[in-house]
Amino acid sequence: MSDHAATNGRPLLTPFNIVAGIIVVVGLILTVLRFTGGLAATTNLDDYNPWGLWIGFDLLVGVALAAGGYVTSAACYIFGMKRFHSAVRPAVLTGFLGYALVVVALHYDVGRPWRLPYPFIMQQGTTSLLFEVGACVALYLTVLFLECTPVAFEWLGWKKARALAVKMTMVLTIFGVILSTLHQSSLGALFLIAPSKLHPLWYSGYLPVYFFVSSIIAGLSMVIFEGTLSHRAFHDKMDAVHLEERDGVVLGFAKAASLVLAGYFFIKVVGISADNNWHYLGTGYGAWFLVEMIGFVMLPSILYAVGRRDKNIPLIKWTAAWTVLGVIVNRFNVSMIAFNYHLPASDRYFPHWMEIAISVFIVTVGVLIFRWIVTRMPIFYEHPDYQDSH
Amino acid sequence: MENLFYTLQDFYTHTKGVTYVLMVGILVSIAFFWKFLAGNDDD
Repeated sequence: MSDHAATNGRPLLTPFNIVAGIIVVVGLILTVLRFTGGLAATTNLDDYNPWGLWIGFDLLVGVALAAGGYVTSAACYIFGMKRFHSAVRPAVLTGFLGYALVVVALHYDVGRPWRLPYPFIMQQGTTSLLFEVGACVALYLTVLFLECTPVAFEWLGWKKARALAVKMTMVLTIFGVILSTLHQSSLGALFLIAPSKLHPLWYSGYLPVYFFVSSIIAGLSMVIFEGTLSHRAFHDKMDAVHLEERDGVVLGFAKAASLVLAGYFFIKVVGISADNNWHYLGTGYGAWFLVEMIGFVMLPSILYAVGRRDKNIPLIKWTAAWTVLGVIVNRFNVSMIAFNYHLPASDRYFPHWMEIAISVFIVTVGVLIFRWIVTRMPIFYEHPDYQDSH
Repeated sequence: MENLFYTLQDFYTHTKGVTYVLMVGILVSIAFFWKFLAGNDDD
């Protein structure tokens, strides 16, 4: 087979495709192993650590980084910031794929995945936080799917269906913001049940607030970060409007991210003060907490502000990548590093290499689907039949 | 630190006092930070 036998005249055997292909093959093999051998065959999970990397990264980080969808559509449609319109479709698509892969990842993590729909049909405990998270994620995934349908309908040429889907935009946006507010905070609230297991510097009655506010930071930064990568990979797919609005999106989101990061830093400080946890700052965990707070919260807040004032786009893009890393660090701290901190080292959790490989596989699948869609559907450009219809 | 507190009331008076002082500092800081952040706005 020719290495140029590919779509859109692009070579098939690029370094990216080869690496992605290897990851997918390994991932599929490990998937078979997971679903035939069970959790014990592929993970280091145990009774002390029933939630590992697949919850800490695939779910907590995945949901946080997919927040760009509700943040961008709220800014554009609810707050009327139409200058961000070109960022809505990539952000909503990223959000949809993020949530879809969260649900896929849950199938790996839950011991009996066929019971995932049980909360809706079997149990009576609708006051459970897990029920609330499950219900919100299911509903929000549906909302994101519906928000993505105009893109697919434009691609398919289904004008009536597209007109109907576009009419629902405002309702879906409001619904999306409400659902995100609920479940982003509830993911933090899940850890309220474990005050003796989570280190006091990370445990707080304000955990739901921390998770919600940091999801806004994650969403804003992810839009900038994803846009930067898309700009490199799919520059030829972007129309003039998208390219013109790009710097405005970066500067506007940097300003918002800087302010929200500053607010997040201050409410974390208030949390430490309200629980009188100052003395923990002098410990080893305290040093790591300060790395997170100063290195991944205060520093990017200042860098975003400087980048915004000086209109320094490269600085903002690097800061966005750093902030995305900071969100990952925060979710890892809450769910793994500072969780079960009192256990002896022999009982602490470190993910099995197969857990890491499955997570890499799921992210790679997301990137490949994203690429498949944006190279075919009007994500970075206005469809010629519907220009000026917004 | 625990020698400072004799009752729960002592503890809350101390922690809330520190937090209220911090809050005033934060409100002032946010105002200055916003001025720095939006200082170069031309829109």
